[in-house]
Amino acid sequence: MVGLRTVYLLLGKDLLVELRNRETFTVMLFFAVVMLFLFHFSLNPERENTTQLAPGLLWLAFLFTGVLGLSRSFQAEQANDCLEQLLLIPGDRGNIFLGKLLGNVAFMLAVELLIMPLFALFFQLNLWDALLPLLVVAVLGTFGFAVIGTLFSALTANLRAREVLFPLLLFPLVVPVIIGSVTATGIILGGGTLGEASGWLKLLGTFDTMFLVVAYLTFEFVVEQ
Amino acid sequence: MAEWAIETHDLTKRYGYRPVLTGVDLYVTPGEFLVLFGPNGAGKSTLIRILCTLMKPSWGAANVAGYNIKDDPDGVRASIGLIGHSSYLYEDLTAVENMRFYLRMRGVDAVERRMGEALQVTGLERVMSNQVRTYSTGMKKRLCIARIVADPPHILFLDEPYSGLDEEGIRMLNCFLLTLKTAGCTVFVVTHHREQGLATGDRALYLEGGKLRTEPPAMGEV
Repeated sequence: MVGLRTVYLLLGKDLLVELRNRETFTVMLFFAVVMLFLFHFSLNPERENTTQLAPGLLWLAFLFTGVLGLSRSFQAEQANDCLEQLLLIPGDRGNIFLGKLLGNVAFMLAVELLIMPLFALFFQLNLWDALLPLLVVAVLGTFGFAVIGTLFSALTANLRAREVLFPLLLFPLVVPVIIGSVTATGIILGGGTLGEASGWLKLLGTFDTMFLVVAYLTFEFVVEQ
Repeated sequence: MAEWAIETHDLTKRYGYRPVLTGVDLYVTPGEFLVLFGPNGAGKSTLIRILCTLMKPSWGAANVAGYNIKDDPDGVRASIGLIGHSSYLYEDLTAVENMRFYLRMRGVDAVERRMGEALQVTGLERVMSNQVRTYSTGMKKRLCIARIVADPPHILFLDEPYSGLDEEGIRMLNCFLLTLKTAGCTVFVVTHHREQGLATGDRALYLEGGKLRTEPPAMGEV
């Protein structure tokens, strides 16, 4: 119960801070819109086979905007050394990780929900029919990406070259999540069902669980000096 | 109750090959008000951080409130409070939101009542709904003190508590520390403020070059 309390209080605090300053969400959304514009003008959706390109482009938009949000996640805790206060709370430090993770997943999914209709508009795709299966893939893919992203955000928060190091460390590790998410999205946008993408969804579920356990257990060592 | 509130044996910390603390043996009785002086880089903050379980020693052992810092860090964390160099405050939240978050995270009961009383004691009642980013350094320090007032620990560590405080703030802090001491709380203060430290503390120690001494360094040594 103490662990759960830490998780939901931290999640509530992160949401309140974001509602107050809207820094992370605004930056992520603005970047996503700029990226969709660039994709639209550089690929010419009327000529190219957008159904084939769409899954990769959609996930590039998700991942790059996600990196922006994730990299700021622990920087907020570094201001005034707030992380130290969290570390002085009795209880498993893995719960701090879970609280931050849930906040990051919430921000990423909120932005993704806004990216999807914009993407459909720019690339003249009908995502409405495939919305529910797409959301399932988005949740699984985003969760896996956010787990590793949250851990590396904590790891690089004190480093001077964190803006460079963070994506360099993050992307190679999340390759399985990217492959699974893009392929499952491709199956669904191609008219397939969740059942047809189940193999990739299982892969995503397995990596999400594996990453979560490893990140939860290693978080204490990441934040200790 | 443990014989010593704080007890360290051969506590040593090195950053790479550079020693910061060397064989520190420290004994603080429950209810004692100890003041630790020392020049910049003497290892004072490192010692506090190790005792608060924010940092691990290279070797040596330490017990705080009867709990070993390595074997039972949660016991230590539940028994201590820390007012450090930084404010540990979220600038976008108000004083009330910061306090509520802190107290609820620590599992304190009757949060609203304790919070109201603490904000009144520290004179922040009128500005409690303002975001912390609008506060001066002294007001932030008062808010840190308010958190401790609302949830008094068995052992309180203070790292340079007088910095940023005006005269009224210093008076309020000393009054608060005296109240804590009367209530049986052990207080461990690290400060450059020799006058204030000697006026309020029961005992003074000096840390220099990572080693503890009971006598102040001679003129010209520091």
